[in-house]
Parts: sequence; C-alpha cells; structure tokens
Amino acid sequence: MAWRIGRKKKKDMPTGIWSKCSECGSTIYNKELVASSMVCPNCGFHHTVGGRQRIEMTVDPGSFIEHFTDLRPEDRLNFVDKVSYAEKLEKAQAKTGNSDACIAGVAKIQEHEVVLSILDFAFMGGSMGEVVGEKIARAIELAEEKKCPVIIFSASGGARMHEGAISLMQLAKTCAALNRFKEKGGFSISVMTNPTTGGVTASFASACDILIGEPGALIGFAGPRVIQNTIRQELPEGFQRAEFLLEKGQLDLIVPREEMREKLSTLLDYSAHGNRVRA
Amino acid sequence: MASQKKKKSAETSNILPFEKPLEEVRSRLEELEALAGKTSQDLGEELEFYRDRLNRLTKEVYSDITPWNRVQVARHPDRPLVSDFIDHCCENWVELHGDGSFADDRAIVTGLATLGTQRVLLVGHRKGRDTKGRMACNFGSAHPEGYRKALQKMRLAEHMGLPIVCLINTPGAYPGVAAEERGQARAIAENIRDMFALKVPVVAVILGEGGSGGALGIAVADRVGMMENSWYSVISPEGCASILWHSADGREKAAEALQLTSEPLLRLGIVDKAITEPSGGAHRDPEGALEELKEQILFWLDELLALPPEQLLEERHLKFRNMTRSISVLETAMNPAQTGHEEPLPDPFSASERRAASLEPTQEPDSEA
Ligand SMILES: [Zn+2]
Repeated sequence: MAWRIGRKKKKDMPTGIWSKCSECGSTIYNKELVASSMVCPNCGFHHTVGGRQRIEMTVDPGSFIEHFTDLRPEDRLNFVDKVSYAEKLEKAQAKTGNSDACIAGVAKIQEHEVVLSILDFAFMGGSMGEVVGEKIARAIELAEEKKCPVIIFSASGGARMHEGAISLMQLAKTCAALNRFKEKGGFSISVMTNPTTGGVTASFASACDILIGEPGALIGFAGPRVIQNTIRQELPEGFQRAEFLLEKGQLDLIVPREEMREKLSTLLDYSAHGNRVRA
Repeated sequence: MASQKKKKSAETSNILPFEKPLEEVRSRLEELEALAGKTSQDLGEELEFYRDRLNRLTKEVYSDITPWNRVQVARHPDRPLVSDFIDHCCENWVELHGDGSFADDRAIVTGLATLGTQRVLLVGHRKGRDTKGRMACNFGSAHPEGYRKALQKMRLAEHMGLPIVCLINTPGAYPGVAAEERGQARAIAENIRDMFALKVPVVAVILGEGGSGGALGIAVADRVGMMENSWYSVISPEGCASILWHSADGREKAAEALQLTSEPLLRLGIVDKAITEPSGGAHRDPEGALEELKEQILFWLDELLALPPEQLLEERHLKFRNMTRSISVLETAMNPAQTGHEEPLPDPFSASERRAASLEPTQEPDSEA
C-alpha cells in the first residue's frame, strides 16, 4: 500500500523550542515558524522547508502518493573523508526518515493531477547523487506516462561530490528526461527555494519550462563563498537572491510561499495538460 | 627529437615532481647524444643502454602514478591544447565567433574544421599557452556567453548537416559575479538539455581537465572519450578538498577519493574509451598524442554517420539515461516484486519498460511507523 503524508513521523521539522532567524536575528518559537510555513513572522524571510512539510503545504490534503521509495543510495566509490559516505548516508536516513534527498510522487494541486518531486535540504544538503537523479528522471517519465505536468521543488547545495563523476552524470540524466518530456509536449515547472546552487541549478532546476523563485532564495551556480574566494571582492547587495535573478532576466517569476499553491494552480490551468485534466 | 632539444630549457622548468627520476636519466642521455655528435667515439652501446633505461623507467613511473599525479599531467604546461589540435589536425579552419547576443567568450572556441576528409564543427575550451594567452582565455573557464556560443554554433552545425566534435579542457565554469548575473547555471543547463536534441553526431573528448558542469556543458555526446592522463569529475580536487578536508592540502586525498581518472570512469561507463598517450604523457610528444586523438575521433564519426538521426538521438538519450545505474537501482527497474508490477521486465535498458516498472506506488517501509 502506498503511504500518505501524516502517517510518518515528521522528522524534517526544526528541533528544540525556538529558532533564531538567520536573516533578522529575531527569536521565533518553532511552533509558530512551522505554522507560518517557515516564513519568519518578523522579516518575512522564506526559510528552508522540509520535504514532507513542503508536500503538505502544496498539495490537496491527502492526495500525495509517494513513488520510487525502493531506490536506495550506495557508497559506490567507497568515498571516505573524515567519515565514510556510507556512514553519512545512514545518519541522514535516520535524521530524515527518507532513503535519500528526493521525495517524488503523484498529487493533486487544486484538482490538477501532477507529478511532484522535492529535494529535501535536510538530507545531506539536498545534494544530488545517483538516486536523486534517478528519481527526478523517473518522476519526469511518470508525468510523461500520465500526461500530466511535473513540478520540481529544489533546495540543494548541488551535485553530491561523494559520488564523484556519477553525480555529475545526473545532470545529464535529468536533462535527458526533460528534453524528451519537452519534445512530447510535457509541461514542467521548477521552483527554486533557499538555497539552490551548483549542479542542481545547472541542470533540471533551470531546464524546466517555467522557472519560479521563492522570495529571498539564494539561487546560483557557484556558492557565494567560492565566488568571494575567486574574485576577492565584496559581493554586491542582494547578489544571487531571487529578486536579483529576476531583475537579471534569469527567472520567470517570484512567488511567495503563501501564494504558491494558488499560483501553481493558475499555471496548471494554462498548460495544455491542465485543460485536459479540467475537461 | 630536434624539436624537443630546442624546447629543453622550457621543459626543465616544467618537470613534475614525480618525473624527477626520469629527468636524471633523460639529461644523461641528452649529454651522451650531444657528445656522440662531436666525437668519433662509438657511443652506440651506451646510448642504447640509456634509451632502454629511460623507456623502462618511464613505463615504471607511469604505471604507478597516483590520481593526483594524473591531475598534474593533465595540467602540464606542455600538454597539447585545443589550439594545438586546430593547428596540427585541422585544415581549412574557419573560426566562428560570438553568441549572437552578448559577447565572444574566448574561453570557448568554435569553428568549422576539416579532419582528414571529414568536415566538422569544432567546439573546445581554450586555455592559452603563455601567461598573456591564459589570461585572455580566462584559463579555460567560460562565462555563460561561452556556453551560449557553443549551443548556437552546434545548432548551426545541425542546420548544415555537420557532425560536432567537442574537446573539453576546463577547470570548471567561471565562478564570478558577471557569470552569475548572466545565468551561468541556466546556460549550462540549457546546453545539457538541448544537446540531446541535436540531430547530428556529437563526439566529445576530455583533453586535459574535465571540471564539473563547465565540462559537461559541451560534453553530452554519442561517444565520450578521455585522454589517458586527463581527469573528469564533479568538482576539482582542490574544490573538494577545501569543502571536505578544509584545506587545499587535501587535494591528493580528494583526487584519490573522487576517482576522477580514466580507469574508474571506463568501468562506470561514463567514458567509452581512454585514448592512449605517448609514453611519458602527451606533453612528451604532443603531436603523437594529437594524431592518436584525431584517429579516434574519425573512427567514431565514421560509426555515427552511418546511423539514421532517430537512432542517433534515441541512443544518445539512453546512453545518459541509463548511465552509471547501480545494481540496486537497476533491480528496482527489473524486479516486479519490488515495484508491484505483475509481469517480468525482460530488458532493463528499454525505456518504455523501465517507465512501466516505476508506475505503481511502492510499499511503505514498516520500520518508520
Ligand atoms: Zn527574520
């Protein structure tokens, strides 16, 4: 039997009683933060949302059916830095209750059937290894099969270096699937949330039909620290934030979290698939 | 070789640390050769002895080099560059500049070239040989307009019915303010996606450095090769070291851990072939290395030009779609019990069946309840 939201312990919620907002420094009760969809009540910053909470706040209640849960990552290169990759995987699995950083499945958004794919930053920084790449590709192919749109939410530090060139090849794998989907008339939406960088931004997250950013989200190819180390200058104000990208012509639109479901539904209405579903 | 003697002073300063034992024998040999030219004494036997010794020692040293040594060879200042390939292997070269909207990025060169009798579009990272040249090419690190230029010219090649040859040699796409402003990530993403749609054969070879998305942005191809002593990975050893080992000193360890050399990449199916370099590395005999490279490219183009475009596109798609799938990932596509699918799936590499296998929702893991 497929499982639904709410049946599982929510392990991707903030722990402790209160958190400090990284943007404005104010102290917020975690209950309040979760209730406000992780948007700071003081400054409005859109903090990273856990994968499960994202599903809950995006789809019609109870409509999400998860797929591809049998895919499990492996430490194929026997990658060891201070600890082994295998150990890191186990820790991340215990912490999040998920097998890897991608959660994918079928859901409804205001009655529109969609395939939804979400990168969970809580799992090794949402990084993309083989299983994440495979799940994204399968999600796109599932949408192709079901003739419905695919929506991908990203929060990721990029490709997972513990899988070496295998993780690099996931850029190609996910784009191969998107190219095919596009050729067959599929409609894809990418939502980039704080933060989305590296090989994720440089592949499927920027290769969808419509590119959405959440307010204030850090979105870029190289991380700000890497850039600062390269150019050895102060970075401009607001650099690599969603608003900056929009101004530079790199995003189609910015959608605040509280309007996300509504806006996605409107976009789905416009897509050919959306019409078909409605008819 | 005369050309090598002329370059001797330059080479001496370009000796890699692990090559030092070789250099001692080589300089002894060169002394003897010089002496043999001046004297009537027969030094044949001694020359033979040192030549033999140098050959054997070269093989020995190179059979045992570390991944980090490979990275050093890949960056050797005398290693053949894309510009050398153009000079040495291409006739009727016509460079085509610019992305058609913003600028001409010198870190990526594009142009029409004739390899033997085969006309192609050549796309390659340009690194520059001397300091001035390197700076002009931004050390092979392209900006978004470089990737957009490449894609624009590749579409031109498709229009003209010319196959495409991509030579990769970059430490990575440039991480800078302007690059981000102009959409570095998006330019690379669009290249990767749209190269799957090019209806002409594409061959890519990693010449020296294959740094991450900056390399892959022109490396989605029907055949992917790498020179024996090149590297290809998701991050440079230095970048990886600074993140995981918190210092650049970890680069040897990072090079090892990343498995960025040709052997593991061949085993994983990420590259189709490691192109043999002359003994002692391509920097010892650049022309020999380039000849070998040219032959391999022409061989692949021959194979690919025989395929109808639909088959070419389907095979390119499947190549990357199924690339590096681990046994467990393959099993979930094959094993009907795990996916709730009733019928066995005979061919794990068939796209339609793989998709069918993943249609049904899967079991909830009991342990989490
Ligand atoms: Zn705040």
